[in-house]
Amino acid sequence: MADQPKTAEPGRARLSPRKKQQVSRTIQYVVLIAALVAVVLYADWASLAQNFAKPDVARQALPDLFTIALRNTIIYTVGGFVFSFVLGLLLALMRLSQVRPYRWIAVVYIEIFRGLPALLIFLMITFLPLALPGFAVPFGTYGQGILGLGLVGAAYQAEVFRAGLQAVPKGQTEAARSLGMSATRAQVTVVIPQAIRMVIPPTTNQFVALLKDSSLVLFLGVSGEYVELAKFGNDLASQYANATPIMVAGVTYLIVTIPLGYLASRLEGRKGRNR
Amino acid sequence: MTVHAIELRDLHKYFGKNEVLKGIDMTVEQGQVVCVIGPSGSGKSTLLRCVNLLEAPTRGKVFVEGVEVTDPDVDIDAVRRRIGMVFQQFNLFPHMTALQNVMIAQQRVLKRSKREAEVVARDNLDKVGVGAKCDSLPGQLSGGQQQRVAIARALAMNPSLMLFDEPTSALDPELVGDVLTVMRKLAEEGMTMLVVTHEMGFARQVADRVVFMDGGVIVEDGAPAQVIGDPRHERTRAFLHRVLHPEE
Repeated sequence: MADQPKTAEPGRARLSPRKKQQVSRTIQYVVLIAALVAVVLYADWASLAQNFAKPDVARQALPDLFTIALRNTIIYTVGGFVFSFVLGLLLALMRLSQVRPYRWIAVVYIEIFRGLPALLIFLMITFLPLALPGFAVPFGTYGQGILGLGLVGAAYQAEVFRAGLQAVPKGQTEAARSLGMSATRAQVTVVIPQAIRMVIPPTTNQFVALLKDSSLVLFLGVSGEYVELAKFGNDLASQYANATPIMVAGVTYLIVTIPLGYLASRLEGRKGRNR
Repeated sequence: MTVHAIELRDLHKYFGKNEVLKGIDMTVEQGQVVCVIGPSGSGKSTLLRCVNLLEAPTRGKVFVEGVEVTDPDVDIDAVRRRIGMVFQQFNLFPHMTALQNVMIAQQRVLKRSKREAEVVARDNLDKVGVGAKCDSLPGQLSGGQQQRVAIARALAMNPSLMLFDEPTSALDPELVGDVLTVMRKLAEEGMTMLVVTHEMGFARQVADRVVFMDGGVIVEDGAPAQVIGDPRHERTRAFLHRVLHPEE
């Protein structure tokens, strides 16, 4: 009881919490303004613009930026997404299976492919023809890119589906079974459709992640008509010894990813209201 | 000799080490309405769920219309087709309209054509008084309407008996009556019904027999006037007193 903490005495010389907050906020503004002034004064704006935003170099990117690079990015992403959607659902069902070995296989797959850098998977895919003589991934570079994205994406999508499947109340299966549906029929007709509806928002985020990861196709050693945004920007940047094409590619990514991000959070909000 | 609609022989059910049913022997005859009452945790819902094997009994036998459903060789899906079940939480399929809810099992299980399933579905939805709500999703219906759609869904399969698991316990008080009216009508049509309920008025007026369960055993089994009106066992008396005079 003897020593009360000093702050317990109100109205003394120490600053009140509200005053303290005011001082803290003022300091934050001062630091921010100082940092901005430093950047404006010391950055070489002319050189930056010259290297990252040169209009005539940017113009060189057209029209191939859209007709080849963005188109290919979308092909790799959509292909990888479809692959990961199907394999992910299969893995999630295995993960929740009554048959123990299926559960193990799914767990091992998910842990490995979530634990490894996606880049490593792509590098391994380039060595597949060496490991398996006579084997070629169908559809050439498209096939390789889609395979890499699909294998990695499936591990994440499996966890998304697992959460969705587990969120469907047990009473749904019971109602379906009590109507005489088999276990499989109940899953297909009642549980999976509800699970897919529930995971639309996180799946949209998965799509965005795949879109960004499609830049790893760069490491497959693609060229010509197979290049996607990142490779396209990088090649053009080397050609002109100027970073502008990379910036252009970046903006193109954002044009797609930011609306999709908004869409995902809107869908999330709508789901919340319907509950 | 006619077969019993339901016969339970020495039924035991454990959840882990917890014995929920401690040797139940009971029969329900064709066309009978049997209400099971008892305090929560007495095992009455578990008993009901053992009839269509939503819970697998640990020991003992269950016969439905003479077929042993606890026999591992029996086609349980075929048995369940003939047993309608209504749940406390309705368990309608939320991604389907009321009409689709009533059609889906007819189409997928009974292999009825879409047209036939729709005719049967509309008939049954009309019968339970929600014919106007065919195109509504379950989320747009009141609890009482949802439960009646659930009853129509079960009836559309032409079951020979119906199980009701506390069908009115999740409803707002003013909606209970609609559901009970539908159940009363079913009983009058001669449907065999096994009903777990807390509605003493319904049990007294509609049931042919009332079964009182406590602690995993059947304590009393007889006519409603006797079990509810003049209970022989102290446990039954104490339970009924608590239910009928909750504020004392």
